[in-house]
Amino acid sequence: MNGLVWARRRRTAARFWSQFRQNKAGVFGLVVLALFVLTALLAPVLTPDNALSVTRPPGSPLDGPSADFPLGTDRSGRSMVDMIIWGSRVSLTVGFWATFISIAFGTLFGILAGHFGGWGSSLLMRVTDWFLVMPSLVLGVALAAVLGRSLTTIIVAIGVTSWPTTARLVRAQTLAVEARPYIERARALGGGHLHVMSNHVLPNVMPIVLAQTTLMVGSAILTESTFAFLGLGDPTTASWGATIQAARDVGAVSSRMWWYILPPGIAIVLVVLAFTLVGRAIEGVLNPKLRERL
Amino acid sequence: MSLLEVDDLTVTYRTGGGDVPAVRGVSFALEAGQKLGLAGESGCGKSTMALALLRLLPKTARLTGEIRFDGEDILTMSWGRLRAVRWAGASIVFQGAMHSLNAVQRIGAQIAEPIRLHSKATEAEIRRKTGELLEHVGLPARRADAYPHELSGGQRQRVMIAMALACDPKLIVADEPTTALDVMIQAQILTLIESLVAEQDISLLMISHDLSVLADTCDRLAVMYAGRIVEEGPAAAVFGAARHPYGQALAAAFPRIGDPASRRRPQGLAGDPPDPAELPTGCAFHPRCPARLDHCDRVDPALWPTADDDRRAACVHVLPDEGLSLLTKEPA
Amino acid sequence: MADSALPTAPVPQLAQSVRDRSGVRRRLRYYGEKLGGSLVSLFAVILTSFFLFRIIPGDPVRTMTHGRPVSIEQQEQLRREFGLDKPLAEQFWSYLTGVLRLDFGDSFQFNRPVTDLIGERLWPTVLLVGTSVVISAALGLWLGVRGAWNHGSLSDRVNTGVALTLWSVPSFWLGLILIVIFASGAGWFPTSGMESTAVEGWERIPDVAHHMVLPLVTLVAVVYAQYLMIMRSSLLDEMGSDYIVTARAKGLRDLIVRRRHAVPNALLPTVTLIFVNLGFVVFGAVLVETIFSWPGLGQLFYSGLSVPDLPLVQGLFILFSAAVILMNLLADLLYPILDPRVRP
Ligand SMILES: Nc1ncnc2c1ncn2[C@@H]1O[C@H](COP(=O)(O)OP(=O)(O)O)[C@@H](O)[C@H]1O
Ligand SMILES: [Mg+2]
Repeated sequence: MNGLVWARRRRTAARFWSQFRQNKAGVFGLVVLALFVLTALLAPVLTPDNALSVTRPPGSPLDGPSADFPLGTDRSGRSMVDMIIWGSRVSLTVGFWATFISIAFGTLFGILAGHFGGWGSSLLMRVTDWFLVMPSLVLGVALAAVLGRSLTTIIVAIGVTSWPTTARLVRAQTLAVEARPYIERARALGGGHLHVMSNHVLPNVMPIVLAQTTLMVGSAILTESTFAFLGLGDPTTASWGATIQAARDVGAVSSRMWWYILPPGIAIVLVVLAFTLVGRAIEGVLNPKLRERL
Repeated sequence: MSLLEVDDLTVTYRTGGGDVPAVRGVSFALEAGQKLGLAGESGCGKSTMALALLRLLPKTARLTGEIRFDGEDILTMSWGRLRAVRWAGASIVFQGAMHSLNAVQRIGAQIAEPIRLHSKATEAEIRRKTGELLEHVGLPARRADAYPHELSGGQRQRVMIAMALACDPKLIVADEPTTALDVMIQAQILTLIESLVAEQDISLLMISHDLSVLADTCDRLAVMYAGRIVEEGPAAAVFGAARHPYGQALAAAFPRIGDPASRRRPQGLAGDPPDPAELPTGCAFHPRCPARLDHCDRVDPALWPTADDDRRAACVHVLPDEGLSLLTKEPA
Repeated sequence: MADSALPTAPVPQLAQSVRDRSGVRRRLRYYGEKLGGSLVSLFAVILTSFFLFRIIPGDPVRTMTHGRPVSIEQQEQLRREFGLDKPLAEQFWSYLTGVLRLDFGDSFQFNRPVTDLIGERLWPTVLLVGTSVVISAALGLWLGVRGAWNHGSLSDRVNTGVALTLWSVPSFWLGLILIVIFASGAGWFPTSGMESTAVEGWERIPDVAHHMVLPLVTLVAVVYAQYLMIMRSSLLDEMGSDYIVTARAKGLRDLIVRRRHAVPNALLPTVTLIFVNLGFVVFGAVLVETIFSWPGLGQLFYSGLSVPDLPLVQGLFILFSAAVILMNLLADLLYPILDPRVRP
């Protein structure tokens, strides 16, 4: 029984991959993502021990590109290449955790509301309505302002403001799944609420959630850089957004220190674009009607 | 000369998953004032054929063969000429009128649109003509101000018919005009179409999965299977005594007009029609055929005159024994 | 031959007037519901802003004075000033009535009523955001229509790719890059502000326009992609529908089929999005205004955040949220005019 299930899952995964592979943009995004994840994991190996040190920096401040520092140095004399490498850690961490919070809450409430319906469902719709009309960035900024400046605050702020979108999507999907006849059958056979939700609804909702997740990580990273730029992040973390903010602070704009401003922005664009492309490719595989138009 | 002559028409859809030969060499003729019915299960290429007649298929479709309408070759015609032939020469009543009408335009405007395009009538004349057309199909003229969603399914199909008549065409192609309607309304719409084409001497190509509907309305019947016509002849004869086993199955499936239960699959016929991308070898029907012979998976019979020469069928059972080797294409 | 679903001829006068009256009632109910929903949302926003800024941190005075040395007496003084020594319900009541009178209190850093500050800074933002929305909607819709009509073509792929890339660009970074290249670099545009000091009278119009070019380009670049993608996919949906085949079968040119049939239908979902977005763009202007020192609400918000200037941030929070609510409401009211199917 279990072996059969696994064989089926493997077949499904293989089919998914063979369709995903046909989307060149999606594959490109996946490769870029893999590179960034690798960079983030290997950051301690790729950079010297004092890479992030402000007191014992490897170089002198605000130098242009040179053989030692291909992208120059920042205001403390740290190599911009190392800053970008360490920044990928921050961005990916924030992206993943914020999305995790958002997806976990969104999926939980979405499935509960869709499954049980009734006043709980209406209440959820009201609450999400309310979240959706409040510019989430404002709410996030306000949260960050009152909770103090740290990476955790940013993660919580993004997660808290983005779960309603997921919840709505999941609720709609749950309603669609529960309308299918085999759910009726599962209930008739004595399947309890928990059984129906975890064995029937969840597996069917997961694909949508997966596509949503990848798209959401991209926008969470974008939001993180915005927060960091607005000075709401932890001033000691080397996030890309914070680096851009630091560049602006030291007048890199008027003195045209392109090596200070350009690289972190390009890194953000690449990561966000990669997530977006992968997310769209997944959506395309799941929804053939969309596929032909990607 | 016939009004419409289709000669060895093929339509192939190019898709990511390979070529889909939806129509594979269809030939027939339709005389002026004649009513031809085209039957077959869904997916056998009827709509593709109908849309090909006015080159309305998406860009992914490749057409070969010849379509002569009123003496002109549709497939080689210039775009300008083709647009002039569309609706003024031949118009179409589509299946499912809900989606065939523009939901955000008033129906009067939609009926008036082709009149304005194809004639030099003034606005007042157009408005009068629109009202007349509506009354002609049994709707009050003031309904011209209604939006499609304000009408019932039957009323919308009446609007489609009024629209099809707007430019006094020589041919109306009706693709499953009654499929989405319930039985009572189906009969009304059929009667309406029949009386209007008779009154104005319009040729009719009516498409349905329901052989009995066609047998009631049309002079001649053609039965399509997997992109080919497999049987053709006078309506009563084909419906009453089909020669092709598929025609027989279809006739048995719809003993009575518009029985929704048997819409999908003819009774007593196991299996589904083949996927055009993966056709069986030999006769495309042989896997489902109750009268299959041993060599049916190797020979693919052409449409061949049967005992009386007004009828044709594509089945080894109607071929003269000695002709078998001459008339069939052995797979290479 | 009569269609059984045809409505039987009504007794003219009576039936007509009954139908009219119930129609009016239905319409009133629809608009009433939408309006009521917006008011509920607005109330929720005011509630949020009250609790978010006063309750979460435990002591708002400490938040206000975050990181600055303040004596105990000063803190007590502030606490009395803001009525923080009163019961919570009473505080909320006076806050609510204040907000309803458009009184958001006095800004800490400017020592002036927040309402006055907002009034001064409103127009620059409306000018910048309004212009950017018009341009990005026009650009996005136009490119979206073209993309869908020639979908899969080289120009469509390039356009989609560019749009997705720009969508991934942080607006503040793009602004900085534009300044580096075109302002502090080439010197074609001013680096900051809305107008030059020396300019008077009619001359101000070209001057403001000159100042507005770079902020405008930044805003449009990051926003138009969304319109493009929505319009493109919505038009692709419509192009597959049966009524488009009908329109082509009538003998209409492709251009007319597109303009008269496909686009009006595809616009319906897009219009809603434009309106909803409009509210968000106001806030999106925070970053761009900050980068370009554009004297609008966004810049005001940024300066309030860095202090933090609580009454100012609160007031703007309510204003930005109210903008989104208002735009949502407008979209709800406008939609029935465009789509007869949802006409109440
Ligand atoms: N645009 C298309 N692209 C690819 N295949 C198509 C397309 N339209 C129809 N087909 C395929 O062509 C075959 C015939 O379809 P159709 O003409 O609609 O049949 P019918 O009208 O008899 O139901 C079907 O197998 C269908 O899947
Ligand atoms: Mg069909």
